[in-house]
Amino acid sequence: MEMLKQGEIKMTQDSQTNVMVMEDDEVQRSAFRGLEAKNLHAWFGTHHVLSDVSLRFPERTVTGLIGPSGCGKSTFIRLLNRMHEFIPGAAMAGQVLQNGEDIYAPEVDAAAVRLKIGMVFQKPNPFPAMNIRENVLSGIKLAHLKVTDHDSIVENCLTRAGLWKEVKDRLNTTGGSLSGGQQQRLCIARSLAVEPSVLLMDEPCSALDPGSTLRIEETIKELAEKIAVVIVTHNMQQAARVSDFCAFFLTDGGPGYLVEAAPTKILFTNPSDSRTADYVQGKFG
Amino acid sequence: MGDVANTEIIPMPRELAVVYNRADRIFRRIVTSGALTSLILLGLIGIFLFVKSAQIFNDRGLSFITGSNWTAGSGDGVILDDFSIGPMLTGTILVSLIALIIAMPLSIGGALYIEFYAQPKIRKVLSTLLDLAAAIPSLIFGLWGVVIFTSFGERWSALLNSRFGWVPFIRVQNEIFGRSPFLAGCVLASLIIPIITSVSREVFSRTPRDLIDTCYALGSSRWGAIRTVVLPFGKSGVIGGAMLGLGRALGETVAVYLLLNIVFRYNFRILESEGGNIASLIATKFGEATEYELKALIAAGFVLFMLTLVVNMLAATIVTRSTVRK
Amino acid sequence: MSATVTDLQQTIAIPAPTTPWRRTRGEQLGTAIIFLISAVAAACIVLVTGLAGVDGFGLTLFVIFVVVTFVRTIRMNAKVRKDEFIKIAIFAAAVLAFLPWMSIFASVVMKGARGFKPNFFVGDMRTTIPDDELNLGGAGHAIIGSMMMVINATIITLPLGILSGVYLTEVRGRLTFLVRFVVQSMSGVPSIVAGLFIYTTFVDFTNSFSGMAGSLALAVLMLPTVARTAEEVLKLVPDDLRSASYALGARQWRTSLMVVLPTVRSGLTTAAILGVARVIGETAPLLLTSLSSNSYVFNPLGGPIGSLPTYVFGLLQIGTENAINRAWTGALVLMLLVLALFTTTRFIGGKDRR
Repeated sequence: MEMLKQGEIKMTQDSQTNVMVMEDDEVQRSAFRGLEAKNLHAWFGTHHVLSDVSLRFPERTVTGLIGPSGCGKSTFIRLLNRMHEFIPGAAMAGQVLQNGEDIYAPEVDAAAVRLKIGMVFQKPNPFPAMNIRENVLSGIKLAHLKVTDHDSIVENCLTRAGLWKEVKDRLNTTGGSLSGGQQQRLCIARSLAVEPSVLLMDEPCSALDPGSTLRIEETIKELAEKIAVVIVTHNMQQAARVSDFCAFFLTDGGPGYLVEAAPTKILFTNPSDSRTADYVQGKFG
Repeated sequence: MGDVANTEIIPMPRELAVVYNRADRIFRRIVTSGALTSLILLGLIGIFLFVKSAQIFNDRGLSFITGSNWTAGSGDGVILDDFSIGPMLTGTILVSLIALIIAMPLSIGGALYIEFYAQPKIRKVLSTLLDLAAAIPSLIFGLWGVVIFTSFGERWSALLNSRFGWVPFIRVQNEIFGRSPFLAGCVLASLIIPIITSVSREVFSRTPRDLIDTCYALGSSRWGAIRTVVLPFGKSGVIGGAMLGLGRALGETVAVYLLLNIVFRYNFRILESEGGNIASLIATKFGEATEYELKALIAAGFVLFMLTLVVNMLAATIVTRSTVRK
Repeated sequence: MSATVTDLQQTIAIPAPTTPWRRTRGEQLGTAIIFLISAVAAACIVLVTGLAGVDGFGLTLFVIFVVVTFVRTIRMNAKVRKDEFIKIAIFAAAVLAFLPWMSIFASVVMKGARGFKPNFFVGDMRTTIPDDELNLGGAGHAIIGSMMMVINATIITLPLGILSGVYLTEVRGRLTFLVRFVVQSMSGVPSIVAGLFIYTTFVDFTNSFSGMAGSLALAVLMLPTVARTAEEVLKLVPDDLRSASYALGARQWRTSLMVVLPTVRSGLTTAAILGVARVIGETAPLLLTSLSSNSYVFNPLGGPIGSLPTYVFGLLQIGTENAINRAWTGALVLMLLVLALFTTTRFIGGKDRR
């Protein structure tokens, strides 16, 4: 169970065995493999936009973040790979731990963090000045990584993103010549090339047609065989389809906060909070 | 759970700032120094012109601005050097104002026509040609002014003089109507019309479509929509464009050189065949200037530089403010 | 089911599309006839009275047209009437605003064509006096001189302009506002002042007029145009691309150099071209820095050098018939150069949109 609220019993679900175990806080920190947010707050200037969110993202799982717009989901996800700080006046409190290490510690290099925690954006954004192949390899080039076998990376990443068959004969055309859904899968492939252990997706399908959305969802499920995926979505059905765990965010006009987090089935069928029940039933939002 | 969050103590926010590594810092430094060249250049222009002409300002003081003579001394002390730019300065302003007064209504009319009255096809052709017209070198305007426009201008001047001769600044002493401030002003006006029109058109085209639609939905006529929405919306942009045109007119050299008799006498009769401006003074006298006269020319250049700088900074402020608001 | 639908569709007669809001042919014809009658009337008045020439005809036509419109709209309501008159006023203003440069286009083409011969592009004026026949001499030296100076100016300006664009959009340092303000103010520095500045510095320092001095003066005038266009172009790069690059673990300098700048390659070419178009016809600064020459000069530091604007300017001052004809041809070549540059930007711009 990925729900951690201060002052409550911390429960963690071992994703492999599906056994619920109760653990001590200190023991968890050293033991937990994956990404973990602890008491995370966010501000834009003096505007408090996110309050006290604690969540865990174990390896090889898909976590869906749902909630009405303006509840801080996107801000939260941007905090997880240090994209939040590009906004002038941004501030935060709390911790983001990857395998127990604080990514906001002073000695940590933000660029290195983003290399390990990748991100896919709402609108497909392949680099227009590069062809498909160069787009896939762009992360390696941009982060100046030493890699020898470029071709196998291109093939491997495009295959994992479910795009290889469609584009293998035109790797030298620009990304702009692809359809929207293909472009988004190219962006996923691009993120995979630097071998992240977590992939954050900020409403990756909201600009796509239903067919493309389905393809991306399949891709997401396949990705979760190796890495952790966190997906922000406005679409509750999508969250129900792809995610293993779900977290429901809400705002009462003030900063957004986490209402509850639970395995997706439980959250959609038997949520512990009445507001969650109302939201998943479409009574508001 | 919201209650739980409220009762909790909110921790102190930790300011986040993007941290740049060494390579980034070097990159940023190189880019910054590149961007600062224009700043330094502008400063250097002012400083060099002032330093090189300091002697003139020192020797002549304010009379360099107010005096009306430009006499090179004979060198043997019989005739003394006497350099001042009064008539040229007033001439600069007079010619530019004439140009601006003519250009403003026509430019706004032209911009409104292209944006709101012309058929789509004509609009496309006209706006392309307009961009091209704004790039015609002033030399070609001068050439056109001398060879083509002068005959029309002289006839209009004669007509104006015979009908409105009782108005002080239109009356002339000699009925020679060529190379007058009015003619130069007309050619300068044609020079700045494409500039002002193209800026105005650009601003008008950015009027939010839904505001215009609202006007029509309220039963307004086309002019009503233009008056209540387009013109107020574009006002500051149009003023900025006008200032841009004014700056251009103040500093114009060859067109004025070719179309105006440079005479060192204060003249506000716009049809009289005498006048001048600072830029054309520099171009005229530069070739055979003595060393001291050259300094006087540089001093004149400095005055012109400051004058246009003030106008352009005003324009830049207005334009910046209007874009920031959007 | 689908068959029924098709049947239904076939039985429903699809009406022909109409555009009732457009003016009908008849109305357009009416306006044309009124215009024609006014024109004829104006021509008669011009013939009978003292008003003369194209301008007299235009003025008369305008007055008659206003009167006719007054009569035509006499029964309409006040609002429609006002709209009608304002339309005429705006149209008249537009005609007056466009006449000068249209007249310039026409006269440059017509008068310049006379001397537009091969020798104009090859020959120089070393052994030809301006009043010689047009098939003697030429402006080859001036064209080469102009090209050289403009290319050198571009080489100096383009990097600086791009850096200042990158500063304004990527680095966004503390001086962003000031730099933008200065660039904007600098675009209004009179060209002759730029010439004076280079005269007091470079010409004074090297103790000779030269093509390089001309290039520097042109560079001063070109820089604001290039910097502003570069900024505009870079602003169009969506922030998404920068975010994507950062999310891949890229640093700022790599993001700027490998993602942002390659994306606007053609836009930056446009910036350079607009800069060239801005200065190619500049005369005043060259009068103080590069002077002019009657023969080919290839050394940018080898003394006075010819250029198209100074060539035209010099001929204008001579003022004899063939000198003026040569000047028109020079003006035509200048205009064609500007036109070619603009066409190139359109072409590149089209490529960018795709």
